[in-house]
Amino acid sequence: MSTPADREGPPWRRIHPRTVLVTALVTAGVAVGAAVPAVAALSGRFGYAAAVGWALAGAVVLVGCAAAGDYVRWRRTRYRVGGERVELHTGLVLVKRRSLARERIRSVDLTAHPLLRILGLVTVRIGTGDQTGGESTLELDPVDRAEGERLRRELLDRVAARSSGTHREGELAVLDLRWIRYAPVSFLAPMLGGAAAGGVMQVSEWVGAQGEVIDWVADRFRNTSLVWAITVLVAAALAAGVVGALGLWAEGWWNYRLEREPGGTLRVRRGLLTSRSLSVEERRLRGVDLVEPLGVRLAGAARVDAITTGLAKDEETRGADHDTLLPATPRPFADAIAAEVLREPVAPTGAPLTAHPPAARGRRLRRALAAALAPVLVLALLGAWLTPVLLWTALGCAAVAVPVAVALALDAYRSLGHTLSGGYLVTRSGTLRRSTAALQRAGVIGWTLRQSWFQRRAGLIAVTATTAAGAGAYTARDADATEGLLFAAEAVPGLLEPFLERG
Amino acid sequence: MATGEGTVRLRPPRNAPARRAVGWWRVRCLLLTAAPVAVLGVLGALITPARPWLLVPAAVLAAVGLSVTALLPLWWFRTHRWEVTDEAVYVRTGVFLREWRIAPMSRIQTVDTVRGPLEQLFGLATVTVTTASAKGAVKIEGLGHETAADLAERLTRITQDTPGDAT
Repeated sequence: MSTPADREGPPWRRIHPRTVLVTALVTAGVAVGAAVPAVAALSGRFGYAAAVGWALAGAVVLVGCAAAGDYVRWRRTRYRVGGERVELHTGLVLVKRRSLARERIRSVDLTAHPLLRILGLVTVRIGTGDQTGGESTLELDPVDRAEGERLRRELLDRVAARSSGTHREGELAVLDLRWIRYAPVSFLAPMLGGAAAGGVMQVSEWVGAQGEVIDWVADRFRNTSLVWAITVLVAAALAAGVVGALGLWAEGWWNYRLEREPGGTLRVRRGLLTSRSLSVEERRLRGVDLVEPLGVRLAGAARVDAITTGLAKDEETRGADHDTLLPATPRPFADAIAAEVLREPVAPTGAPLTAHPPAARGRRLRRALAAALAPVLVLALLGAWLTPVLLWTALGCAAVAVPVAVALALDAYRSLGHTLSGGYLVTRSGTLRRSTAALQRAGVIGWTLRQSWFQRRAGLIAVTATTAAGAGAYTARDADATEGLLFAAEAVPGLLEPFLERG
Repeated sequence: MATGEGTVRLRPPRNAPARRAVGWWRVRCLLLTAAPVAVLGVLGALITPARPWLLVPAAVLAAVGLSVTALLPLWWFRTHRWEVTDEAVYVRTGVFLREWRIAPMSRIQTVDTVRGPLEQLFGLATVTVTTASAKGAVKIEGLGHETAADLAERLTRITQDTPGDAT
């Protein structure tokens, strides 16, 4: 498989041979995990010694196969960085040759799970700007740490495009341990609490002791009232959730550091066990998104996400906070970092926003009430048909759900807003997760305007700016129809104007 | 909607889809209706005890589907509009949820022309214009074959002449 083109240019390199060891160790871990229940199940029939023997033999075969497979993968994987392209060849039967034009490379991420870290290795992900294509990422899994650093520097080292150098280089933000106070107020804590409770039940079922666990808990609360018992159990689950959230925060954000490197690259490094490194070329940055989940917002904090083209979008990294530049921190600090990242004197995310018309509040109230009252109505109908107990339950639900729904709807309305601030278009919406997105006006690559029949009657319109970066589209929901169109026309001069009619 | 002084509206794009598109939309609606109705009908014929529970929904579905088939395509024909200027592609769709999409020429990445089997039958084609945004595609449905070919050719020419990497 060596063609003349192969022999020219820089030499081919291999990924690190210790990958075989990594695979063997990971498989051994899986094998041990599987062997324990297998031995437990088999020892009843064959006796203890025979069961252990079988499990051991199975484990050896499994680890051997995995290591052999990975050895072949190591033998057949090679890559090289040329002047124009980065090339990666993989595969035994079906040889896959992929190459990326170097000028299209937008990000280079280094990650290492604990095992890789102990062995001094990193996984390198090289991403391009494509949002649509699935194969836009090259992955070198793994290379040693020095080689990873060398690749990162070499691939992202370009002449600085911007020279408005009033903003500092080097360190922009480092971890402040006081930020950990925002970890428990996220939505993660109750979710983890629920998961912990579910986990206890699941494991006890595997061991066949679920009944005993339930009996034991019931025993504790023999002499107390039901309400008190539920309160204690919920509090225990929440406490477990808080501990979990603190742990996850520490794992994810330990050693956090945001830097601007020479050549116009922003770099985030963080992680206690798994170390993560994210590099974003500044000329790919199209704006920032200030995200405030409800609990975090009530605590007066916000998180800063990057709106950028070309972040790796494969399954592994999607959804996780891989584009986060700054964890939840006090709002003024988040604004300051947003300004620093964008090289602006003042953060556009802090600009005063144009409020949306009162009709938008009506829409939110109606929707929230409908969502709150639908289950109440079902309960009430069932109650009228079957038993009055359900009627009382319905009344109780309504008493709780209606005020909550109204409060959320009013807050959602207060959150709505949009404006133009310097070179940025700013939209804000959401209540459980309020997001204030500041998008470069030059980054807007189209408009989508939506108006339902109800919106048309109320004189409202949804104005969506599409972009190649981040979520792909940022929307000012339920804006005043006339004002929203003028806003869009002003944001990108000349694009919408020819299609408007006045009067 | 308030129509006082100083209001601003989006004007409709200039071109309508081909008249034949109504027929194509009708057949599509009809097929969408026919599939569940046929399944319910066959089940109703086979399973005697549950017959009323199957045939009544089938009849209701058929009635709804037929009225939609009769009316909605006409309505679509009245609201779907498209226009291509030297600067942008501009499309309006939707009856209850009206949608206007605008993609500037300088940001267009690909121009696709698709003719499905049904569209072939009616001599129609769909032109899809994509930009670098995952959410910015603009679709022009129900064009005649010739119009679509001309349009795709023109769009490709204009976008080639426009510099920039479209992000």
